[in-house]
Amino acid sequence: MTPVVLYLAQRLTALILAPLVIAHLVLILIAVEGGLTAAEILARTRGSVGWALFYGLFVAAAAVHAPIGLRNVIHEHTRWTGRSLDWSMLALAVLLAGLGARAVLAVVVTP
Amino acid sequence: MTTATASDGGTLAVEIWRGKDAGRFETYTVPQRANQTVLDVVTWIQRHAEPALAYRFACRVGVCGSCAMTVNGKPRWTCRTHVSKVAGEGALRIEPLRNLPRLKDLAVDMTPFFEKWQRAQGRFTPTRTRKDPLTTVSPQSAGRKAADAGIECINCAVCYSACDVVGWDDGYLGPAALNRAWTLVNDERDGDRAGVLKSASSGGGCHSCHTHGSCVEHCPVGINPTAGIAGLKRWSIVELLGGKLP
Repeated sequence: MTPVVLYLAQRLTALILAPLVIAHLVLILIAVEGGLTAAEILARTRGSVGWALFYGLFVAAAAVHAPIGLRNVIHEHTRWTGRSLDWSMLALAVLLAGLGARAVLAVVVTP
Repeated sequence: MTTATASDGGTLAVEIWRGKDAGRFETYTVPQRANQTVLDVVTWIQRHAEPALAYRFACRVGVCGSCAMTVNGKPRWTCRTHVSKVAGEGALRIEPLRNLPRLKDLAVDMTPFFEKWQRAQGRFTPTRTRKDPLTTVSPQSAGRKAADAGIECINCAVCYSACDVVGWDDGYLGPAALNRAWTLVNDERDGDRAGVLKSASSGGGCHSCHTHGSCVEHCPVGINPTAGIAGLKRWSIVELLGGKLP
């Protein structure tokens, strides 16, 4: 991918992540302050298309955003560069997407 | 060297880097004078105390861009930097510019700076011959205004020296080269504006800028390269979405 494509992808995913992160943090506060148990939270999220879309989008955006940023940091502050770095960051993106999808499925799919 | 009379008859303690990468600071005592510039101080030392001191200058009036050095930790054009504004307690520490290979004492090798200028395609591509009439360009057009805002660069490399990203990434083109590219993509007379944008958007190009703004802070002629680089980023996205940039 060219630098402009990576730049655009990182900015677009940042736009998506910003409100989602705020909503996620507010959600945690509400759940903790409200004294919800894990079972009560799962009762709300399981079978919910809305929460599946919310956290699915969150995971997808994070899986794209983080490796691009980390690639820049590594490129600028270490000697690691080139194809091996690109493939490693692609692998990180797949890993983040996989772990994130597993977590989302665990809270939205009814067993 | 200024011929003005001594302002207070005092002296300056001036530390100057001697050598290449391996070297040391040597301290010289220089007479303090009214309206004295940092370049005046360096020239006094070269003429009266250290004839072997290597440094670079030409015009002495802020046009040629050849006398930039690091003065008390900041890159500056020394011919237009008054000692009274930077010396503090009467002390100066003068080093070569950061981010460029050192040659000797205060002189650096400008080759990487100008090579990156070329990599960014920072050169005008003509579309007419000398036999054609001159192109009429409205000074009020948006493109010309944008180009005019960055056109007075004197190639002093102060911005290049001030840029942290240049220090981290050898491949980054730097503020001056990208500013020049920005003036060209806004110049309606240029025959290869798409090529300039492509060069300025390639690896190490405009998208590597972190928008720290050190170039804006230190540019001696008041140019805002960060704004030009942001313009290149915006333009590259428009061209990407329009299918004109890979």
